[in-house]
Amino acid sequence: MYDYSDFDEDFVRARVDQFRHQVERRVAGNLTEDEFKPLRLMNGLYLQLHAYMLRVAIPYGAVNPTQMRKLAEIADRWDKGYGHFTTRQNIQYNWPKLGDVPDMLDALADVQMHAIQTSGNTIRNVTADHFAGAAAEEIEDPRPTAELLRQWSTDHPEFQFLPRKFKLAVTGSPADRAVTKAHDIGIRIVKNEAGEIGYQILVGGGLGRTPMVGKVLREFLPRAELLPYVEAVVSIYNLLGRRDNKYKARIKITVHENGLEDIRDRVETRFAQLKPLFSGVDQDLLRHITSTFAGPDFKTTDKAPYYAARDRDPAFRSWSDTNLSAHRQPGYAIATISLKAHGATPGDATSDQMRLIADLAEIYGHGDMRISHEQNVILPHVHVADLPALHTILREYGLATANAGRISDIIACPGMDYCALATARSIPVAQQIATRFDALKLEHDIGPLKIKISGCINACGHHHLGHIGILGLDRAGVENYQITLGGDEGANMVIGSRAGPGFAYDHIVPAIERLVLAYLDLRDDADETFLQTYRRLGDTPFKAALYPEAKANAA
Amino acid sequence: MARAFTPKVVTANDLMSGDVIYLAQNGSWVRDLRDAALLGDEADAGARLFEAETQPHIAVGAYLADAVASDAGPQPCHFREKFRAKGPSNYAHGKQELAAQDQTHV
Repeated sequence: MYDYSDFDEDFVRARVDQFRHQVERRVAGNLTEDEFKPLRLMNGLYLQLHAYMLRVAIPYGAVNPTQMRKLAEIADRWDKGYGHFTTRQNIQYNWPKLGDVPDMLDALADVQMHAIQTSGNTIRNVTADHFAGAAAEEIEDPRPTAELLRQWSTDHPEFQFLPRKFKLAVTGSPADRAVTKAHDIGIRIVKNEAGEIGYQILVGGGLGRTPMVGKVLREFLPRAELLPYVEAVVSIYNLLGRRDNKYKARIKITVHENGLEDIRDRVETRFAQLKPLFSGVDQDLLRHITSTFAGPDFKTTDKAPYYAARDRDPAFRSWSDTNLSAHRQPGYAIATISLKAHGATPGDATSDQMRLIADLAEIYGHGDMRISHEQNVILPHVHVADLPALHTILREYGLATANAGRISDIIACPGMDYCALATARSIPVAQQIATRFDALKLEHDIGPLKIKISGCINACGHHHLGHIGILGLDRAGVENYQITLGGDEGANMVIGSRAGPGFAYDHIVPAIERLVLAYLDLRDDADETFLQTYRRLGDTPFKAALYPEAKANAA
Repeated sequence: MARAFTPKVVTANDLMSGDVIYLAQNGSWVRDLRDAALLGDEADAGARLFEAETQPHIAVGAYLADAVASDAGPQPCHFREKFRAKGPSNYAHGKQELAAQDQTHV
């Protein structure tokens, strides 16, 4: 993992010091709220519905045990003993007091973390595949590239006042768990016909009120050209992006209005100017960064305890069926620790859970942890012989829910329980769906199914990409939930289609139940997933299940 | 024709804690909506909002929210104001903790 240099340390400390003085001046009345607001947002501090919210960056979702323990300590000392992991691999504290925030930021700086550029019209936290450096099918670990981009984008003087926020994601795997097609710039590590590793650059993806699938701007970019090329893209956007209308300010609209060819021409022209200015220092830096991500010293141990536990313990068998993924190293697995216990708030972890996971990562996981955009914690490197012991401890602490990728592994934004922008609640809908299908004992029969819930059109909960998406809206002063079907966040991203009129708060969970029961009736066999059935049959039978009264009227 | 004025409360967030606050009849800030002043007169409501905006050391983002009278004091109209008055639905945090503390004191 990358370690801060003296420069990084001094920079982060200086920013904390500046913010401490800004808070003092705000409290003393020397700064108005209008003056203070952009300053606090630059440091990740929002004022939400009931309290302030501090959003802390977890670059590419990678966190070490020391950092995780500090996140737990911050939750205990200055918040309510828990943190909320987000769909952008960040952690949010929902209850900080304004006067405590500088101390929280200092505590974060102690473990090489900060909240800089987690808000505002800047380049945000660079996200990456949460299985980076571990996935069996990976071409290359995306973390060094993501770290290079993080360093380049942090405090970049040209890009502190962009037309709107700007999000980068990197994947090194063709499976694309980083949702690169939904980002302003998506970066895919690819291999060309000559066997050289480089980047495919996607541009103009995004969700929100105008969802768009990212388009290929450059099919193959040589590795050494990454920074000047990405700088060219952001620089063109900075000039061309609309500042007259917030809803048309993202690069997806810039690309849509100007056309991909026009943007490509402008980028190439700008790139030709910028490229000579990069002397190659960035590539020296990338080589250094890459050396810090060498990966663990894998061990070779007998795998027998794993198979014995699978034979002996049905709970372990079930967990290992759903929560493990293939690792590049023989004998190893990637373990997903679900933060979606049935009825729990998706993505929340108590300070005790954070400390436990940090301990387990140290004992069984080579000290490596990731936060996934699906709001779970990943132990990317666990030898299968250690999995039974890991599972036993997780179960003791309520962290062994066997539901990764299943109906109760729901992404949900904070919604109107916390967020000032929300138009409806998300969390209780997620809790009720999970509880209901657990009670029906259908979760494992249903198989892979992704439900994603957003509490407003901004789509932090990625509802467009859910196999079943739920969007909470305010319709004439009442919470109302629209369903979208057929979304897919995978490498060939698909935006879901709206099924029809929305449902009231009390009716949304029964509607989801009708939909899923219809799928169980319609599927060819138990191996056909919800998404496959939907693609085979189209939306007609699912709409009939959602709106039985319409069917009755038509009959 | 302009829409008829409906009763309002002045509400904001507390600068230091971020908690939802309301302006009371005596000009102080209170945390419980039921203790807020319900303003039935449009000019009075405007004047009270102005009064709130001159206290940036206490109140952030003051605005007028619709409310209705009840025996227990003003009640929220829109569901957003219900959640602001009550706190989150997934944990008994925020105002729900305050309410629990009040009960133990009684």
